[in-house]
Amino acid sequence: MTLAATEISRPKSRVLPWVNGSAVVMTLYLVFLLLPIYWLLNMSLKTNTEILSTFSLWPQDLTFDNYRTILTDPSWYMGYVNSLIYVVINTVISISVALPAAYAFSRYHFMGDKHLFFWLLTNRMAPPAVFALPFFQLYSSVGLFDTHIAVALAHCLFNVPLAVWILEGFMRGVPKEIDETAYIDGYSFGRFFMKIFMPLIASGIGVAAFFCFMFSWVELLLSRTLTSVDAKSIAATMTRTVSASGMDWGVLAAAGVLTIVPGALVIYFVRNYIAKGFALGRV
Amino acid sequence: MTLQLEGVSKGTGRETHIHPIDLTLQGGTMNVLLGPTLSGKTTLMRLMAGLDRPTEGRVLWNGEDVTAVPVQKRNVAMVYQQFINYPSITVFENIASPLRLMGKSKSDIHTAVHEAADMMKLGAMLDRKPLELSGGQQQRCALARALVKNAGLVLLDEPLANLDYKLREELRAEIPRIFEKAGSIFVYATTEPEEALLLGGNTATLWEGRVTQFGNTPTVYRKPVDATTARVFSDPPMNFLQVSKTGAKLMFGDGQSASASGSLAHLPDGRYMAGFRPNHLEVSRHAADAMEFHPQLSVTEITGSETFIHLDHNGERWVGLIHGVHNLPLDKPLPVYLDPAHVYIFDTDGGLVAPASYAAAA
Repeated sequence: MTLAATEISRPKSRVLPWVNGSAVVMTLYLVFLLLPIYWLLNMSLKTNTEILSTFSLWPQDLTFDNYRTILTDPSWYMGYVNSLIYVVINTVISISVALPAAYAFSRYHFMGDKHLFFWLLTNRMAPPAVFALPFFQLYSSVGLFDTHIAVALAHCLFNVPLAVWILEGFMRGVPKEIDETAYIDGYSFGRFFMKIFMPLIASGIGVAAFFCFMFSWVELLLSRTLTSVDAKSIAATMTRTVSASGMDWGVLAAAGVLTIVPGALVIYFVRNYIAKGFALGRV
Repeated sequence: MTLQLEGVSKGTGRETHIHPIDLTLQGGTMNVLLGPTLSGKTTLMRLMAGLDRPTEGRVLWNGEDVTAVPVQKRNVAMVYQQFINYPSITVFENIASPLRLMGKSKSDIHTAVHEAADMMKLGAMLDRKPLELSGGQQQRCALARALVKNAGLVLLDEPLANLDYKLREELRAEIPRIFEKAGSIFVYATTEPEEALLLGGNTATLWEGRVTQFGNTPTVYRKPVDATTARVFSDPPMNFLQVSKTGAKLMFGDGQSASASGSLAHLPDGRYMAGFRPNHLEVSRHAADAMEFHPQLSVTEITGSETFIHLDHNGERWVGLIHGVHNLPLDKPLPVYLDPAHVYIFDTDGGLVAPASYAAAA
C-alpha cells in the first residue's frame, strides 16, 4: 500500500520498474536459509577430490557412492537404527509420563504446583554437559552403559518437562466442564481420558511427540557419552569419521542429508500445529 | 423422589462459599435458584450433583445418604452455561453417550436419541460435529443429552445465559414443557428474576452463599421474608427509604405520610425501612392517596417502550421503571408518585414486617 502510494506521488519521469518488495525479501530469506542445506546436498553428491580441489555450485562429477557407503556399511547405518530405537523409546516414555502430569497441572491446584511447574522447565534449560559425567558413572555402575534405554532415559530429563509444558497448554484449552459432563454421563476417569479427552488434545500430543523426537534425534553429547558400540547414535558416528586417511567429506555430507530426512518427514504431520507447539500450547 | 440438603456448607481455606443450607426438593418440581453472580448458585448445584463434596452436612437422595457417592453413580444430569459437548464425536454420539454407558441396547439408544433430538429440533443435525452447529443448537444438544438420560435430578446452570434474546425466549418456553413429563427434580439457576417468574415452580433466592428464602415462586416474589430477598428478586433491585411510625401514621419524610392501617396498625412506633419495586414508581398521580416525592433525576435510559429513571432521593439511589418513552429534564427534581399500597415495610435489620397490601391481597 505504502509503496503504491509513494509511486503515485512521484513525478512521472522518475518512475522506476516496479519491483515486488515482498518477493525480493522472501527470495533472499529462502536463499540464506537453504544455502547451507543445499551445500550439504551438493557435497554429498560429489567425490572427495572434487570437494577438496575445486569450487563448483553443482556436482561436476555426480556420484551416489557416498550414499551407497552409508546404506551398505553396518557401522554407518546401524547408527541410524540405534538412534531411531532410542528416540522412539524416549518419545513413548516422555509422552506417557507427561500426559498424566500435564493433566494434573492443568486440572488441579495443589501446594507448590506453580513452583513445581516452573522447576520442570528449568531442567530443560540445564546444559547437558552438567549431567554427562554423573549419568556416565550412574549408568555404568548399574550396567546400563551402551544400551538404548540408557540414552532414552537420559533424554527424558529434557523431553519430559518439555512435553509436560506443551501438553498442559493444550489441555488447559479444554474446558473442565467437559470432564465433569463426562463424569456425570457415567464415564470413569480412564475411559473418559482415552475416549473423550485424548482425541481433543490429539494435535497437542502430536506436537509434543514431534518435539521429543527432534530433541532426542539431534542430541549429541549425552548420546555419545552413554554409548560406545552397541547403541552408538548417528550423531556420534558422524563425529568419529576422521580416519588415518583424513576426513571423508562426501560420506559425512551424505550422512548429514539422511539425518535431516526423518525430521522433515515428522514435521509434515504436525505442520498445522507447530506454531502452537512452539508457544507451548498457549495461544 | 426427593433431594435433601442437610446443613450442607462449602468452603476452601478460610473462605466460605456456601453457608449451611437446609433444603428439600420434591420430584416433579421446577426449582429455580435465583441470585446474582457469585451468590453461590453454581457451587450449590455442584454440591447437589456430587461434583464437589460438601465441607459439612449431608446430601440425601430419597432419604439415603449419598454424600460420599461419586458423581458417576448418582442419578443426575447437568447442563452448563457454556455449551459443553464432546467436540470429537457426532451429535448423535453426544446424545447417546449416557445411554451407551448405561449399557442400553442399540435399538433403544436409536429410538431415545431420535426422540430427544426431534424434541430439541436437532433431527437433521445428528451426523454433524457439535462445533459445526450454531450456539443455540449446541446448547440444545447438551439439553438433549441431559434429557435422554432420564435422570432423577436435572441441573440446569444458567443454560440460556449465553444465547441471544430470541432463542432464549423460545427455549425458556420449551424447557419446562419438555422436562415436565419426566417427573424428575429440576433445578434451574438464573440471575434474572423475570426468568424465575416465567418458569414458575419454586424459587430459592441466594445471596452471598445463603439461601434467604425458599418457596413457591409467586409467594417469594410477593412476600419476600427480608430486604435481601426482595432486592434479589426484583430487576432493577428494590428501592428503599427510611420511614418512621408515630401513632396511626407512617412518616416518609418530605412531609409525606400514609395511614398505618391493617397489619401495620399494631406495629410499635419507631424507625422502619420502606421498600418498593421500580415499576411501582409513577411520574403522574394515579391514586388519590399517593405520596409525592421530589428526587433529583440523574440518568434516564430509554429501552424502546419503557424508560428507566435513576433518581437521587436524599442520598438514596432509586430506580424507576416507567411505561412509555419520556424525555425528562436531567439534574432537576422530578415529582414522582408512590401508592402506599405498593410499599413493603421492613424492620431496620431487614426482616419483613408487612408485605405491601396489594401483594398481601393477591
